[in-house]
Amino acid sequence: MKFFRTLRRSIRDAFKSVFRNFSLSLASISCITITLLIVAVSILVTFNVQNFTTKMEQDLTIVVFLNNDITEEQIENVQKEITSIDNVDSISFQSKTAVKEEMRKESDIFNEVMSTWDEEDNPLKDTFQIKVKDVELIHDTAQAIEKIDQVSIVRYGEGMVDQLIIAFESAQKISYGVVIALVIVTIFLIINTIKLTIFSRKREISIMRLVGASNFTIKTPFIIEGMVLGLLGSIIPVLAICFGYVALYNHFGGYLLTQMIELIQPEPFIYMVSGIVVVIGMLVGMIGSASAVRKYLKV
Amino acid sequence: MDFIRLKNVNKQYKNGVTAIYDLTLSITKGSFVFVIGGSGSGKSTFIKMLYREEKPSSGEIIVGGVNVAKLRNKKVYKLRRRLGIVFQDYRLLPKLTVYENVAFTMESLGAKKDETRKKTLKALELVGLKHKIHNYPDQLSGGEQQRVAIARAIVNEPKLLLCDEPTGNLDPDMSMEIVNVLDEINKTCGTTIIMATHDRDIVNKMQKEVVVLKDGRLLKHIEKGGYEE
Repeated sequence: MKFFRTLRRSIRDAFKSVFRNFSLSLASISCITITLLIVAVSILVTFNVQNFTTKMEQDLTIVVFLNNDITEEQIENVQKEITSIDNVDSISFQSKTAVKEEMRKESDIFNEVMSTWDEEDNPLKDTFQIKVKDVELIHDTAQAIEKIDQVSIVRYGEGMVDQLIIAFESAQKISYGVVIALVIVTIFLIINTIKLTIFSRKREISIMRLVGASNFTIKTPFIIEGMVLGLLGSIIPVLAICFGYVALYNHFGGYLLTQMIELIQPEPFIYMVSGIVVVIGMLVGMIGSASAVRKYLKV
Repeated sequence: MDFIRLKNVNKQYKNGVTAIYDLTLSITKGSFVFVIGGSGSGKSTFIKMLYREEKPSSGEIIVGGVNVAKLRNKKVYKLRRRLGIVFQDYRLLPKLTVYENVAFTMESLGAKKDETRKKTLKALELVGLKHKIHNYPDQLSGGEQQRVAIARAIVNEPKLLLCDEPTGNLDPDMSMEIVNVLDEINKTCGTTIIMATHDRDIVNKMQKEVVVLKDGRLLKHIEKGGYEE
């Protein structure tokens, strides 16, 4: 009962002091707003890069060409052997006849040339198309398949894919790094701003201590005040995310630069990012004021 | 039974200055004690150690059964709730009214609203300021501000009231008024009062228990007397 009474009083005092020390509060709020805006942008970028990377990875396929004189039985054996490799996710077979038909559909010239080929003298090869579980291991998987008897050629767009994978990985790492660094910078900035606010109330804290207020009673209003500041500071970033991202998405029609880079659908993505930003703001405000007030709680 | 007991207390500050040398004394419950001595005699350090603003370098300090010297920072508030403190510079919060300043103590302790109101008004009545509850501290005279500070110190009905030169900023008439208020509290509530002062007139006039400190050492501890003795 007493706990709730103290808590209720703390919340009341927190709101009161946000408005009573409005100019200092405004300093903290604008500091939080600016840093949260940057954090929000980097979160949007990170998620989009991640989304794009996963999409690309899903599209990667290994194509296995088999020898021309392969028998039905051997094809089955090869399929079994490929399936037994750990990293292989799915496998599908395309006979040389099917490949021929597909190529004939693609262009008139192919259609013309291939129309004379019959089943016996079709020079094309039977193929397997393979999806892997872990794209990073695609190189090793391809090598393992190449060693299997009756496999003629293995292709997965080696050079380009390897480089893309490296590029994606570093892009992801960099964007994570940027978000974490920004959050840390935000915490420091906010701690300092809140310290200024609290410094002006040093006397109040010392009197509270003298009359016998427990550390909990003294700290709670300041911590709630920090959360309120964080909440107020995240209003503009949240609006920027909600309206800005939707506008961007609509402007580019869902794709960035080329058809290859697809943006994430705004809903529910923007709500999730807004949620993250609000939580970061409140947490950072809370940590900031808790660490600032701790200094004055020592005897 | 002794309410306050000090045994072989030494206090050396971090800068090397020694404020208290081997102090041993005890004070009984319900007494009114003047702690006197010139500047640098250790009066303030003595008071500060009683409410655990300062820790003794060695020795034992017992206040109402609590070993103050061994009290941890986190537990200090438990001691502070059991005593009231009055300072020379009043230490009121300028943005709060007289009523709010006194009620602040009760609120800090998590008291209920009606209990806070009842006790706050009672304390303000005791110091004779019930008619000024809506004023702000800077609208009051020095003596009145000090009386608000006293009301704040006694609102929680502590067993012990510590006063560190409460009359230091006041003229003789007002000083006498403050000491009379303290005397009244001592008599009606049975509160033990320890008051550090260097005001000869007050000490001579009141004829109370006197502890004389000089250069951090206990010079005299007399049951009843004045400054000159």
